[in-house]
Amino acid sequence: MSINQNANAGALPNFRNLGILLRILVIVSGICLAAALLNAAEPRAWVEELIDLSALVQPILLASLLVLAAANPWLHRLRYPYAIAALIAIELAVTSVVYLFGLGAFRGVGALGRYWVFTLLVTGVLVGYFDLRGRALSPALSEARLQALQARIRPHFLFNSINAVLSLIREDPRRAEHVLEDLSDLFRVLMADNRQLGPIAGEIGLARRYLSIEQLRLGARLQVEWDITDAPSDALIPPLVLQPLLENAIYHGIEPRSDPGVVSIRIHRDRDQVHILLRNPYRQEGERHGGNRMALANIRERLALHFDAEASIKTTATADSYQVHIVIPYLKAGAQ
Amino acid sequence: MTANQPLRVLIVDDEAPARNRVRDLLSDCAFKMPLEIAGEAENGKCALAMLPECEADVVLLDIRMPEMDGLEVAQHLRKLDEPPVVIFTTAYDAYALKAFEVHAVDYLLKPIRLGRLFEALSHVRTVTPLRLDVLRELKREARTHLSVNERGRVHLIPVADIAFLKAELKYVMVRTSEREFLIEESLAKLEQEFLGHFVRVHRNCLVAKKSIEGFERATGDDGEGHWVVVMKNIAAKLAVSRRQQHIVREFGKLL
Repeated sequence: MSINQNANAGALPNFRNLGILLRILVIVSGICLAAALLNAAEPRAWVEELIDLSALVQPILLASLLVLAAANPWLHRLRYPYAIAALIAIELAVTSVVYLFGLGAFRGVGALGRYWVFTLLVTGVLVGYFDLRGRALSPALSEARLQALQARIRPHFLFNSINAVLSLIREDPRRAEHVLEDLSDLFRVLMADNRQLGPIAGEIGLARRYLSIEQLRLGARLQVEWDITDAPSDALIPPLVLQPLLENAIYHGIEPRSDPGVVSIRIHRDRDQVHILLRNPYRQEGERHGGNRMALANIRERLALHFDAEASIKTTATADSYQVHIVIPYLKAGAQ
Repeated sequence: MTANQPLRVLIVDDEAPARNRVRDLLSDCAFKMPLEIAGEAENGKCALAMLPECEADVVLLDIRMPEMDGLEVAQHLRKLDEPPVVIFTTAYDAYALKAFEVHAVDYLLKPIRLGRLFEALSHVRTVTPLRLDVLRELKREARTHLSVNERGRVHLIPVADIAFLKAELKYVMVRTSEREFLIEESLAKLEQEFLGHFVRVHRNCLVAKKSIEGFERATGDDGEGHWVVVMKNIAAKLAVSRRQQHIVREFGKLL
């Protein structure tokens, strides 16, 4: 179960996302400001002009946002050209309604046609902007697939795992079978089209498979602590967020030590947000960090694309530990 | 190491499954050539401790291991009276592999193939040991330990424990808070390798920065005054040469 979260070009933005709404408000206000500056007869009159203009535009803008937020699921079921047509129809309807019920303030200012033109122009600018933004960010998604194969699953991990399986074949063929199954599950996800959000339960399952392969290699040196009793299993998350971070945790935190080390994963829900906390032991001296930054940068981009300003990823390094804290909005599978 | 005696092999790898795999392959090789497993070690320090007793002819040495990597282990085991032949094993290490090709160092890629292992072991008796300067070149980072041969064993001195290094004729004296050792290395190369850890106070002396308590004036044999380093935990006072006097000012701020 997964939904399209406008993750690529050729789709309308999610009108229920706070970041998207802010972007729309800022852009429309910017257009008003520019129009007021152009329209003002003398430099000092532009403030009055802006107030007049806002009195007209803001009601239309706010009403539009309300209607679009309400119509969001329906709009996203339509194919892109139809969705654009529906959007334009909604905008014209909202403009007309506000115009007709807007009482005296509007009647003195001009014909309805002028407002239609203004609304169409602003809508066009916004649709164009979100389309371009989608195109600019979507390479991050296809890149995620490539990087997963080339770097995020480190060759080091692949060859060591195959070696571990080979070592099992003679003494414990059944266990070898299990490990190969886990390995193929992992690669199936890595090679899949990962542009859609999926339920967090799937991400957790994949992380467990990955960790059981690492457990085979590292034995008692790798200790994993899961704290997911409060995790909302139906929350949606971009795929391949947990696994690359766990791989970093093991490569930088567990492999360089000979004593056992704990990787802890805590996932919980706090009102309408899902928090993911990963922590691993870490000694700062002389370790390279290249792969780490690459995985983090990719995850950050994908979170921005799916959730805009509503998601965040933060890393904290102390003297002996390293922590990644991800916050995403709580979206339920099947809700949209 | 004569031709009829079985070849004794020590397996060094931090991952248990990897050691099992090598053991399986070695038992396959044993059908075709006389072979014995001398032992297994899960890290470099264990391997160095085991080596004098287990009398290994060959060490199959993993490169990426915690605390001390295989490239450093290979350097320390050269201190043994009869150092074994080293064959590196690695799953993936782009840098090391490139360097190995350049210097024709023998290595096995994991997963190891039986044929490749057999071939490498067959050549062991005729192979020339790795040159120390090549090993130094292969290892990018500074060593974690210095080493000396003590009664046939490799004694490791953690770099973190070293208070100062002093050049004496053809040796360098290594002083820790407990005792001193003589090693055959060049002070200039040590200074380069552990840049940032030691500071040069004199042409013949490097002092660990964190062992410096402070500086004081002293009068030399010629009656002229000069600075000396006062060390933490050690009574010795080391002269600061006129050329290096600037470090007194630089460190003065830190104390």
